[in-house]
Amino acid sequence: MFERVLLKNVDVPDGHLLSTYEAGGGYRALAKALTEYTPDEIIDLVKRSNLRGRGGAGFPTGMKWSFVPKRADKPKYLCCNADEGEPGTFKDRIVMERDPHQLIEGIAISAYAIGAAVAYVYIRGEYVLAIRRLEQAIAEAKAKGYLGARILGSDFNFIVHVHCGAGAYICGEETAMLDSLEGKRAQPRLKPPFPAVAGLYASPTVINNVETLVCVPHIVARGADWFRSIGPEKSPGPKLYCVSGQVRKPGLYELPMGIPLRELVEDHAGGPPPGRKIKAVIPGGVSAPVIPERGLDVGMDFDTLAAAGTMLGSAGVIVVDDATCMVRVATRIIEFFHHESCGKCTPCREGLNWVVKVLRRIEAGEGAAGDMEQLDMLCKGIFGNTFCALGDGAAMGLRASLAHFREEFVAHIEERRCPFH
Amino acid sequence: MTMREKIEQAAERYPDQRSAIMPALLIAQSEHGHLPGPVLEEVADILGVERIWVYELATFYTLFHTEPVGMFHLQLCDNVSCMLRRSEDLLKHLEEVLAIRKGVTTGDGLFTLSTVECLGACEMAPVMQVGDDYHGNLDIERIDALLARLRAMVPDAAAAARAAAEPSGN
Repeated sequence: MFERVLLKNVDVPDGHLLSTYEAGGGYRALAKALTEYTPDEIIDLVKRSNLRGRGGAGFPTGMKWSFVPKRADKPKYLCCNADEGEPGTFKDRIVMERDPHQLIEGIAISAYAIGAAVAYVYIRGEYVLAIRRLEQAIAEAKAKGYLGARILGSDFNFIVHVHCGAGAYICGEETAMLDSLEGKRAQPRLKPPFPAVAGLYASPTVINNVETLVCVPHIVARGADWFRSIGPEKSPGPKLYCVSGQVRKPGLYELPMGIPLRELVEDHAGGPPPGRKIKAVIPGGVSAPVIPERGLDVGMDFDTLAAAGTMLGSAGVIVVDDATCMVRVATRIIEFFHHESCGKCTPCREGLNWVVKVLRRIEAGEGAAGDMEQLDMLCKGIFGNTFCALGDGAAMGLRASLAHFREEFVAHIEERRCPFH
Repeated sequence: MTMREKIEQAAERYPDQRSAIMPALLIAQSEHGHLPGPVLEEVADILGVERIWVYELATFYTLFHTEPVGMFHLQLCDNVSCMLRRSEDLLKHLEEVLAIRKGVTTGDGLFTLSTVECLGACEMAPVMQVGDDYHGNLDIERIDALLARLRAMVPDAAAAARAAAEPSGN
């Protein structure tokens, strides 16, 4: 049976307290890192583990860290991306609410590796309990010498601050998050320069997702070979999968990277409600193109899903059953992207507004001849032409819906009503 | 601690005062309930930053309210995972029992009803945030029980609301 590592403490009573975390071996990896490894050796260890970022893009974490200049005349920063705005995704919230010290230990080791003295956890403002627990955990860790000056007797001085977001999905995009942290409207920045060279306050900055950072103490404690022994060679490690929608057991599951999507949905999450069949699954949050039921025999890892025309993204798996209208689902997803567009670039700002109007018309049974071609044209105009991935995510998702469920859109137009109502 | 002291303490976390605008606005909103112009200007003055910078943020981020909201802000998630578990039925029910449309505050000032994008709690969909708290696995019965609990927290206002709901002339 697969051993849960990242979620080990989440169901433990008082799992958010330092005493619980220490009783389970917490902060020993930090002590090991500070006494047995140089910063470069930690980076090398994470590189050898082949940990890929769990925020969505899957960029190799050790390589990202190695881009930070060794010598810089400015302070270096670590930013933890805890904005988690991708619909269907809730993994980071549960970790922060129920095991915040795991995150703090991961942040401290990662900051040691890149040479940062200050980290900011950018956490969405809605997560009030997670914010409270994280602030409490930081205070506990500071009082015990896991944060602050000369940590555990070493020369490492380091502190973590919590920075609350205020309700903008675009802050999940790392450069928009930096703008937001600097007190500006969150809009993505032109790259290069990349944050590793010029990020927060134009200083070298590493931005990692919560789940990425909580993998780090376990890699230090158990070694790179242990991490690489789990899941596929090119995307190894334990993985948190969020399952929601029309399944019997929605929830957060820790399983090996690469587990078949069908096994995750049907065995672990219990399959569809009684009397219903699965029609489709969105595998990685609403940015990830939808997969029809016939495509569920696919491994849940970065490369396999990319080869299947979709993506792992945030691993926010949303299950849709056969009583649901896919035009409604597609419309709601595009309404989300339209609402959350930061407005910086025209294809996203204007294109999504146009798409929403056409989709709402079709859904209401008022579709016109040529609407399908217009949607195809709009997807083409948005995809690849936007400043950041928000527009791409919207267009990719809609393209997949149009490709796999085109007959439902056409039926709405031809029957001049929703066939599901 | 005064609002000024709280904001000044929050600002110590940053090398640049501009970074403290968002934390300061969250503090100011918790003090005042919403963020009218004079409060935004006070925040700018405390931090010593341009007023336009404060206005920019207060109007960009959805958690900031420049208009008053009710004593209880009911924020129902209607994104995909909640929608798939019938959040739209809950919205209709809330609109009926509160006798308001979404985006509106009840006449007694008790409830503001909103729909919001994903609350990041899809495992307990459908979900609604009220103040600091999440309420999940909602159905109509749980919504009704929640409204009753909220009303019971302000008995005078609840009585006033009932009186206001009675037809005039009776």
